[in-house]
Amino acid sequence: MTESVTTTASTSAGTGKPFLELKNLQVHFPTDDGLVKAVNGLSFTLERGKTLGIVGESGSGKSVSSLAIMGLHKGSRAKVGGEIWLDGAELVGMSVPEIRRLRGQQVAMIFQDPLSAMHPFYRVGDQLVEAYRVHNEVPKSVARKRAIDLLDRVGIPSPDKRFFDYPHQFSGGMRQRAMIAMALMCDPQLLIADEPTTALDVTVQAQILDLMMDLQKEFNSAIVIITHDLGVVAQMAQDVVVMYGGRVVEAGPVREIFYRPEMPYTWGLLGSIPRVNRGGDHRLKSIRGTPPSLINLPKGCPFQPRCDYQQHVEGHSCTGEVPDLLQIGTEDHRVRCHIETGQRKKLFTEQIKPNL
Amino acid sequence: MSTSTAAEQVIRAGQGEALLEVKGLQRYFPVTRGIVFQRQVGAVKAVDGIDLSIHTGETLGVVGESGCGKTTTGRLVTRLDEPTGGSITFEGEDLTHLSRAKMRPFRREIQMIFQDPFSSLNPRQTIGTIIAAPFQIQKVDSEGGTKKAVQALMERVGLNPEHYNRYPHEFSGGQRQRIGVARALALRPKLIVCDEPVSALDVSIQAQIVNLLEDLQDEFNLAYLFIAHDLSVIRHISDRVAVMYLGKVVEVADRDELYNHARHPYTHALLSAVPEADPDALAHRERIRLTGDVPSPLNPPSGCRFRTRCWKAQDICAEQEPPLVQIGAPGHQAACHFPEERDVI
Amino acid sequence: MGRYLIRRLLQTVVILWVISAITFFLFWITPANPALLICGKNCNTETIATVNATFGFDDPLIVQYGTYMKGLVSPTGRDIGSEGSERNCAWPCFGESYQNGIPVWDSISDAFPATFWLAIGAATIWLFFGVMLGLLAALRKGKALDKLSVGLALFGVSFPTIVFGYLLLFLFIVKLKWIPFPDTANAALFEVGPVKWLQFYILPWITLALVFAALYTRLTRANMIDTMNEDYIRTARAKGLGEGTVIFKHGLRSALTPIVTIFGLDLGGLLGGAVITEQIFSITGLGKFAIDSVLGNDLPAIMGVVLFAAIFIVLANVVVDVLYAVIDPRVRLS
Repeated sequence: MTESVTTTASTSAGTGKPFLELKNLQVHFPTDDGLVKAVNGLSFTLERGKTLGIVGESGSGKSVSSLAIMGLHKGSRAKVGGEIWLDGAELVGMSVPEIRRLRGQQVAMIFQDPLSAMHPFYRVGDQLVEAYRVHNEVPKSVARKRAIDLLDRVGIPSPDKRFFDYPHQFSGGMRQRAMIAMALMCDPQLLIADEPTTALDVTVQAQILDLMMDLQKEFNSAIVIITHDLGVVAQMAQDVVVMYGGRVVEAGPVREIFYRPEMPYTWGLLGSIPRVNRGGDHRLKSIRGTPPSLINLPKGCPFQPRCDYQQHVEGHSCTGEVPDLLQIGTEDHRVRCHIETGQRKKLFTEQIKPNL
Repeated sequence: MSTSTAAEQVIRAGQGEALLEVKGLQRYFPVTRGIVFQRQVGAVKAVDGIDLSIHTGETLGVVGESGCGKTTTGRLVTRLDEPTGGSITFEGEDLTHLSRAKMRPFRREIQMIFQDPFSSLNPRQTIGTIIAAPFQIQKVDSEGGTKKAVQALMERVGLNPEHYNRYPHEFSGGQRQRIGVARALALRPKLIVCDEPVSALDVSIQAQIVNLLEDLQDEFNLAYLFIAHDLSVIRHISDRVAVMYLGKVVEVADRDELYNHARHPYTHALLSAVPEADPDALAHRERIRLTGDVPSPLNPPSGCRFRTRCWKAQDICAEQEPPLVQIGAPGHQAACHFPEERDVI
Repeated sequence: MGRYLIRRLLQTVVILWVISAITFFLFWITPANPALLICGKNCNTETIATVNATFGFDDPLIVQYGTYMKGLVSPTGRDIGSEGSERNCAWPCFGESYQNGIPVWDSISDAFPATFWLAIGAATIWLFFGVMLGLLAALRKGKALDKLSVGLALFGVSFPTIVFGYLLLFLFIVKLKWIPFPDTANAALFEVGPVKWLQFYILPWITLALVFAALYTRLTRANMIDTMNEDYIRTARAKGLGEGTVIFKHGLRSALTPIVTIFGLDLGGLLGGAVITEQIFSITGLGKFAIDSVLGNDLPAIMGVVLFAAIFIVLANVVVDVLYAVIDPRVRLS
């Protein structure tokens, strides 16, 4: 199911272990209709100061994974398996009070829609102050000063006045800035951004992405950015994980994924998007069919019912076995596909690349 | 469209009468206050005097950020909303203030596809009923009966005709948008207004719908007014593109002319902000970052509306509103006091 | 806010005026003859004529209505009775009862405290139990406690008040004798002392509160479940807040907002009289007064109680809207 080898857990930080490491993460939800297998074996590592992009369509399991890192499935019906190591501590087995101390403090999250993600009845400033005072026993005035400093830092004009505004009095872009300020209140080492710019206009999106990159340099934080937008990933991430049907189907450095992809689903994604810097007289290479149901995942390779390249498979059955996520080449580029790697490279160079 | 070259487009755009001609179109939403008697104290100028034209078989893309008036424009053209001023001419007939009854024959010719494929379909009606509705409303009898016609349409847009009796919730987002397309296509319209038809869909599904719209255009010689915020989709599907800002068209040109030789600073800023799925290209691209937010359409800036966020603004920009004038290639117009060509993407 | 209040209060006046007009003219469509009611047993044509002259029943309807409204609007009230036996009916003058000649306003003032305490007590009970049960059910969604409270709520909603009231009365007063039989129809707190007062009101409160408690349980449960699925609750948890803070500060505050408005309207409605409960326990409140007036075709009394109840309902609407704006900053009153 997964490529990761179970290792004996080392407990101390700074022993050469990655800052964040997910090993074979699984998140399943029992429902009346059956077991929803939202995430089936997600593994990746991330260092401080770096950004990892998780790409996928709706139902790929990308958002569910991020909530698992925050321990936000605890107390719900979800069954979480595998391991999440953050700076030497394992999060999946952690108790709720323990992981609550990490939330907001060591790991913070930015959500897609800042209007619904902020409480409509409380002032923006008070929500920031609250985030700080959960983890820091300081007088309100100290927390308020920090909130105003951070609102200023994320580019909100006259922050000492906007502190007293309610979320609905902010524009969409300003709200997302305030949301980022709230996430940064306790200097988190890891920032998870779940579709942070999807609800925003393109010029505002550019501002927010710039801001996140600037802040990352300043705070040396690790960022996990979850998005369906390949452009956002191309701009932000050093490493990319492509998810499909709750599984990683391809992962690697950003240039490998965009310029030497090997998984037919990644080819399909790249072929599906129109480009702003290229003339449009080509036909988009769409992927036929629809994303799979997480209750009835297809047998074998999750992408198999929509894949147009199954005739190139030799010695395996796409409908019979789930392909392993195997490393190819020297860089940390991993692909889950039954087609033999030489054949995949040939297909990409001859058939896919000319049409991108 | 995808089959015709840019040169043909220019010729087509330049000759003959337009299918749809919009002149000085305005839509103001009044703002009132008062204790007993409400009096008007201002107006939200959602659309404030725009000119557009679309020829048969052509796609005009309208692009802009939220609040620029692009959706209102679509609603005005389909007469779902009443214009405050200006005129809308379709095949030489003035539609601007036609009554509901007089508008009816034109409803066959102008159809609409909406963004949210779910909320625009009645959940209590079967797909067959939904797609057949235009036939019934317009009292059109098709040969072989309505059912046959509906099933042919379903097949054409890529739905299984056997699903005639199913309900909208049984379909995925992409299939629902296909239902919306089939409904719009039923009466063989000449113009379809597409309001963000793919922005709620997954990437792989988005491409399916874009391809479908392109195929249908070639087959039925449709004209599209394609409204979207996604500059990449607009570039892909449009023949000509109009960029809107705060209720005004600031630049309009043939597709490649606009993307390669834009003159308006706002167009530059928009294009420069698009994150392209191309890490190397992004690394070398010039970055133009606008500051601040779009001003309120209730009280837009004097002169050029973009001047408050423009890095080139001078005194004249606050005093005089720049007219939309011919610049560069034929059919290329921009409304700027200091237009300039700039390589941004 | 100020402008909004002024506009709303002006609207209130108009609404009350329309209600008064409708009630007044509807009454005159009914076949009852008020003169017959007033003159009593020894009626003959002559006395009826006198009554008609005294009460102005011979005047055109519109004039009668005008006279009536004068009593409500003019600060000095109006005069009642024929020449020679005129007496002033002080503001607010709702006229005199046809049945017993007592000024209607006096009867209403007498009946109101009983209704007021009944409504306030019951409201406290249903609000407390409704919100608490609803909250617990929402937090234990799908578990035994949830199913129990949903079942109780269903029972409360579907059990007829009149049966429930008599059942309580029979059980606790007649059978178990836990509570003595009330010897008054209108227990005032300062006259009878708190123990007797509570004994008097406790069963009516429970009777009246049952349906409302059940409705509020369901409402709180539904609102709370919706709220706990909101993005901002996820944000609150992601900040590392404790579950108590998440539930009460972030969850319950939003979930209760619609309940505040409904509570205001329900309470406002009940202050005009709780007909069935007052009838069961023979409390001489506004509800009982209303029934007696209707049964006696007593126009001034009916008008009085209808307008009085209407004032509460209309004012409750204004209060609720203002309250809503105070709770939810997104609502701007302008």
